[in-house]
Amino acid sequence: MDRPRRRRPRFLSLPDAIAAHVHDGDAVAMEGFTHLIPFAAGHEVIRQGRRDLTLYRMTPDLLYDQLIGMGCVRRLVFSWGGNPGVGSLHRFRDAVEHGWPRPLELEEHSHAGMAAAYAAGAAGLPCAVLRAYTGTDLPRVNPRIRFLTCPFTGEQLAAVPAIRPDVAIVHAQRADRAGNVLLEGIVGVQKEVVLAAARAVVTVEEVVDDLRPGGPNAVVLPAWTIDAIAVVPGGARPSYAHGYYRRDNAFYAAWDAIARDRETFLAWMRAHVLEARPPQVTGQTGTA
Amino acid sequence: MMTVAAARALTDDDVCFVGIGLPSAACNLARVTHAPNIVLIYESGTIGARPSALPLSIGDPELCETALTTVSVPELFAYWLQGGRITVGFLGAAQVDRFGNINTTVIGPYAHPHARLPGAGGAPEIASHCQEVLVIVPHTRRAFVPRVDFVTSVGHATGGDARARLGLHTRGPTLVVTDLCLLRPDPETRELVVTGIHPGVRREEIAARTGWPVRFAAEVAETPPPQAHELAALRDLVARSAPAAPAP
Repeated sequence: MDRPRRRRPRFLSLPDAIAAHVHDGDAVAMEGFTHLIPFAAGHEVIRQGRRDLTLYRMTPDLLYDQLIGMGCVRRLVFSWGGNPGVGSLHRFRDAVEHGWPRPLELEEHSHAGMAAAYAAGAAGLPCAVLRAYTGTDLPRVNPRIRFLTCPFTGEQLAAVPAIRPDVAIVHAQRADRAGNVLLEGIVGVQKEVVLAAARAVVTVEEVVDDLRPGGPNAVVLPAWTIDAIAVVPGGARPSYAHGYYRRDNAFYAAWDAIARDRETFLAWMRAHVLEARPPQVTGQTGTA
Repeated sequence: MMTVAAARALTDDDVCFVGIGLPSAACNLARVTHAPNIVLIYESGTIGARPSALPLSIGDPELCETALTTVSVPELFAYWLQGGRITVGFLGAAQVDRFGNINTTVIGPYAHPHARLPGAGGAPEIASHCQEVLVIVPHTRRAFVPRVDFVTSVGHATGGDARARLGLHTRGPTLVVTDLCLLRPDPETRELVVTGIHPGVRREEIAARTGWPVRFAAEVAETPPPQAHELAALRDLVARSAPAAPAP
């Protein structure tokens, strides 16, 4: 019997990578903790018209506001949904408060719970155990937050199910030609979500001969943890890629007015996402 | 006054888990004035951040560039927060009740909210694992309610020893700073009581803007007015800050 082969990433264009790996009804996690948010990939999901997605994300911000407002999302699993430092996500609120453009199911956690659930997913465990949620109303509204007793100390601990998405999508600074990926700066939960997911799509700023790790806390995802890599310079804008470009704080502030009104939002999405060409892709093939 | 009074509650020895907005403004003001060695931790994983301006988001690049180290988010919550290595958490709130419980989830019923708020983020475990918690919130009747619509982050629960009975061994909210006054929990009942009043504020105004019959401590101090160097440092931070950073 053949031994199962190690996974090898394919270098694809962004539209091909999304078409190959994101299907209607999938559970999708696009992560990036403020830094390296995969905006270009998310916009491609919107352009391809995916529906009934379950989206995971610790901090659904502008990208998920856009996906929700465009009707791609059935269910959201999250721990904090806002425009950090600016205010509300109006499309998210409209979906929750008024069911527009469709009702949104919520599964709500705390950051500690969700971070632990990703780590459990990466570790192949069925659930995460942690000290959390004590005295809060979150377990009352989320039946997937439960409690168990430590077999050694008798302490009551919280348990949340591991997150195992169908597909993880992250953005990173660079890949080498074999498809190993380097991320540095604020690394968030990106390593965990790639390892937790059944499939992983990574967009990168560039492909290089040598990853030249930038610092001792840089995260390298080995090539065999990834299914598809698309070269998308600027793929995290208006978020940022440490060492490449800055966070566009002015756009985050401007989004508040754009998203407040349904028509203004739809007009902006038509002009800047639906009718926009996918970001220029270099056609980089690598050797993988 | 609110930001200055909040900054004064921090010490040079603190390791502080910082919420964005008003807490971040207060923590950085403390760092550039009387607490230059305070360790500021943001939930993006930056430990020992020393930004020159107020960040718009908890993940702004300057936090990472100036940090002592940057760790992954699961590590931050597991080793550093749950591990008990943070002395003080600094939180904002949409609603806070007479026992210091905090709501940032929904106004109204959860299934059909009048207003959907951002949710929990790091706050529930900041509130339970930091050695103590400071809260900063503008003083309005909508914010200061007898009982929060949703307990996102537990304070002193239903009062008395309720927090300890939940199995929490940290101190919980020890100070609430508003634009009018300072409130601290009563040592027995744990109800928030006014212990300090900012210059020029009348007791009637505090009572009128609090959603329960608020009590005043036997001795109520007047908050020392902001000093010139505190105001200058705060203006300096705000002037250097990103667009749309909230004006503290």
